[in-house]
Amino acid sequence: MISVQACLDGILLGILFALIAYGMALQWGVMNIINIAQGDLVILGGYIAYFMYLYGIHPAWGVIVAPIIMFFVGIAIYKLVINKVVDRDLFISILATFGISILFMQLMNFAFGADVVLANSDYGTTMLFNNNVVLPNSKIFSAFISILFAICLVIYMKKSKLGRAIRATAQNARAAKILGVDTEKVYAATFGINAALCGVAGALISITFTIHPYMGLPYTIRSFMIVIVAGLGNLPGVAMSGMGLGVFEEFADYILGTEFRIGSVFLLLVLILVYRRFKLSRKREYLK
Amino acid sequence: MKNNLILYIGILIFGIAAPFIFPAFKVQLSILCVLIILATTWNIQGGEMGYNSFGNILFYGLGMYLCASVQVGMFFPLAEWTESGGEKTFVHTPTQFFQGMAVGLIVAAVVPTIVAGLIGYSILGLRGHYFAICTLGLGVAAGEISGGIEIIGAGQGFTTPPFPNVGSLELRGEFFYFLSFFTLVLTFVAVRSIYPTRFKLILNAIRDNEDKAEAMGIETMKYKIIGWMISAFFCGLAGGIMGGLVGYIDSTDVAFDGREMGVFMVLMAILGGKGTLWGPIIGATVFHIFKEGFWTFFLGWQYVALGVLIVVIVIYFPEGIMGWLREKYPDRFGEVVDEKDRKAQVELK
Amino acid sequence: MRLNKIILSFVSALVILFSTSVASFAKVVGDKIILGAAISLTGKYSSNGVHTQNGYNMAVDRINSMGGVKVGGKTYKFDIIYYDDESNPKRAAQLAERLISQDGVEFMLGPYSSGLTKAIAPVTEKYGVPMVEANGASRSLFTKGYKYLFAVLAPANLYLDVAIDLAVEKNNGKPVSVAMAFEQDAFSQDVRLGVLEAIKRTGSKKVIDDKLPKELNDMAATLVKVKQMKPDVLVVSGHTKGALTAIRQISEMKVDVPMLAMTHCDAAKLSKQHGKNSQYALCASQWHKTLTYKDNFFKDGMTYDADFTKEFGYAPPYQAAESSAALLVFKDAFERADTFDQKKVRDALAATNMQTFYGNIKFAAGGQNVDKPMVLFQVMCDGDNCENKVVAPTKWASAELIHPIPSWSKR
Repeated sequence: MISVQACLDGILLGILFALIAYGMALQWGVMNIINIAQGDLVILGGYIAYFMYLYGIHPAWGVIVAPIIMFFVGIAIYKLVINKVVDRDLFISILATFGISILFMQLMNFAFGADVVLANSDYGTTMLFNNNVVLPNSKIFSAFISILFAICLVIYMKKSKLGRAIRATAQNARAAKILGVDTEKVYAATFGINAALCGVAGALISITFTIHPYMGLPYTIRSFMIVIVAGLGNLPGVAMSGMGLGVFEEFADYILGTEFRIGSVFLLLVLILVYRRFKLSRKREYLK
Repeated sequence: MKNNLILYIGILIFGIAAPFIFPAFKVQLSILCVLIILATTWNIQGGEMGYNSFGNILFYGLGMYLCASVQVGMFFPLAEWTESGGEKTFVHTPTQFFQGMAVGLIVAAVVPTIVAGLIGYSILGLRGHYFAICTLGLGVAAGEISGGIEIIGAGQGFTTPPFPNVGSLELRGEFFYFLSFFTLVLTFVAVRSIYPTRFKLILNAIRDNEDKAEAMGIETMKYKIIGWMISAFFCGLAGGIMGGLVGYIDSTDVAFDGREMGVFMVLMAILGGKGTLWGPIIGATVFHIFKEGFWTFFLGWQYVALGVLIVVIVIYFPEGIMGWLREKYPDRFGEVVDEKDRKAQVELK
Repeated sequence: MRLNKIILSFVSALVILFSTSVASFAKVVGDKIILGAAISLTGKYSSNGVHTQNGYNMAVDRINSMGGVKVGGKTYKFDIIYYDDESNPKRAAQLAERLISQDGVEFMLGPYSSGLTKAIAPVTEKYGVPMVEANGASRSLFTKGYKYLFAVLAPANLYLDVAIDLAVEKNNGKPVSVAMAFEQDAFSQDVRLGVLEAIKRTGSKKVIDDKLPKELNDMAATLVKVKQMKPDVLVVSGHTKGALTAIRQISEMKVDVPMLAMTHCDAAKLSKQHGKNSQYALCASQWHKTLTYKDNFFKDGMTYDADFTKEFGYAPPYQAAESSAALLVFKDAFERADTFDQKKVRDALAATNMQTFYGNIKFAAGGQNVDKPMVLFQVMCDGDNCENKVVAPTKWASAELIHPIPSWSKR
């Protein structure tokens, strides 16, 4: 039973990670930007839901409001900083967004205080298997909403004009430009959509877990890892590796002990990268 | 060359005299020395080799824990030292302290070098940002894992041996200042002696185009590993000194402090100008002064300032202070610029 | 090489910069006694850091407005230089060094959290600067033989061992099984040692011993284990974050334990953030407003609570109360020493024996306060209105301990 519980916990957690990672994959694929501030955008989204909860609105509405606000925050960040680093070395974008991340952390600390906060949804709990497996409804709710948003986004990317423009830019920015796509606008929209996704995820995290101004970095790292494993532009892959990571974390927790949970996640990242390097180098030798 | 010699001697004299001119700033100056060491060694593989590592903090933290563990473990049972509830107090005699420190520093330098050599083959095969993120993960993983190991204090932290009571209060500050300053001199001499060699050119070749360098018959992997080992050696030393200086080691906040130190060393090198000898030194100094200033005058806002600073540096000065100077006054750097050439460039713009 | 000129001018600029910013403060300026403090205004301890700062400020204002400190026939006022230690021990040690050697501070107040105090104590000790600290409870602070460190609070190992005793008592003196989840930091790990000792003493058994990461916001895995092992007592400690996360997930996962013991409930504003879900949680606290201690400045706990709430807009957690008490101790010591000589002030501090609204204060040789027991309160709700009521020790108990906690299905 304990492993069923761990699996389900992990999968529900993983879907949430996958949503954040999808945003990262999007901007990475389209703009070639690694956004270290991803986690901080998530936390900011969480605060929006929290404030709604504070003023008596059910935090679930945050799932609608947070992405709208975050979309504009994202565009503002793009206009101020990102558009200046977009065609530069990837390392430059890592550093620039790291600066944004520090800035956001601190501004959130001033604006909202450093207290750990959470938004209560009062969704209750679902019991399965003779009460042996417990699933908080809030977790199920977040997983459901994440999937909903992901599906909407996929359809939007396939069908809408902007979505097609984004995909075209991702494939070949120069060619897209020549064919009349306003890449500047596409970039801004991409970053906005990414921020909106973070907003959704943040609102869900404040409903299921806790938020705190300094909690962003682990989310960034996890989403990065998911994207690496899945590869860019591979949505089912992102979803699968997100869930895989969630399950891995829960099991690492049981087997190695809680103190090694985060450590093992990062070690896994290193191992995956090293594995990838040896796999790729074998391919290179083959080409010789 | 004569000018150079005067400059070096001048700086050396300034360095030796500094703690007596500014007695209140001894610890600040020692930290500055450590920062410069970190920035300079990061520059070896970040600036010269083009491998942007966030993971040098691994060696720094390793050195810190090793130095303190050896210093304690040589004379007392380590587990009892780090146990929190322990009623026993151990006191190092001066001889024990200095002997322990010396052996500890040697271990703190050698072991990270070996570690760098061992993991180098797998990690340095990664390219570009994969390398950057992999090393970032390495640093964080080391911090989290060391935080779970009981014998080095785990979450409790590790109090390093207090400085023995010999003579005046000022002695501790002076001891650590000179220790860090001479390590800095050692680092500088080592790096400086690399500069005119073929080795440095190979590193540059790897940075500019690794595949071509390989095609030219250079065993790039060998040189990459050596480059990283040099960094590891000095990072470990710096970590060992810093551990004694701070007096308290915490796994994620002091030793494997990837979020701060790990990123700062990169920033300092970029601020000064990566791929130059003096850049990291100037960068670290400016950065340290800036940060200290903000501590005093903008209580709590220093991180906002830091965030803005990082963004501004990265966007507007990606070449750093040295790069900016070089562009502004190219002739001062011994570069001969043809007047016609410059005019042509201006017209092009 | 013209480059040298640039570097030389740079070095000289540096020299000028350093020499102009030489120490401008001193211990006593005019009628001001300047104390130094490194406080976490940013980083993971910043919420408690702010409680600490508010506590200090409240006491400074109160003492200054009620006549200040009389030393050698003159009246002085307190003033504090604050620096932000960013919740980082390295920075804290550096700042202590800076306060003492650059700013010339001769008396220090403590930072928030045991880890940071552990980093600062060697520095103050080295310079012989008396430090009264209010938020470093780790026992290892008091076994190192520090002579200039004084803590107004009881050491961390005493936080929750009472809870184990209580559980054994409720179990008719028979041993109990204990599940533990402690954050990986100096304070929580020391609380853990105290609990371990209590377990050994009572012959109880530990069934789970988890260490939570510092970036914790999910402890579902631990709670699943708890559900399976069904221990008699669940002990959780992880500053504010730990308390909030634990209550949220315990209520959502419907984990039933007869006794739930925690720390930092009041700092986490548990009853406000979680309402009824936090009911029955048993919390260790250094102070509670209903305790009947008295002094001349804040009168008693209830008045302090009201004044603090008026000034800062929230009810004072014990972190604020103990910080205020630290200044009362300093004032008392200065007046008894009647001088600003560090050694004499230190001796006066060591001889402290006083009562404040926060509790009796008397220091043992190691510097810890031995005259003030810990209290345990339980969150009790009447409808949606939740309150913390003291349940142990019996001397101050205002309510009876509810044990065992009713299961979730019956609430």
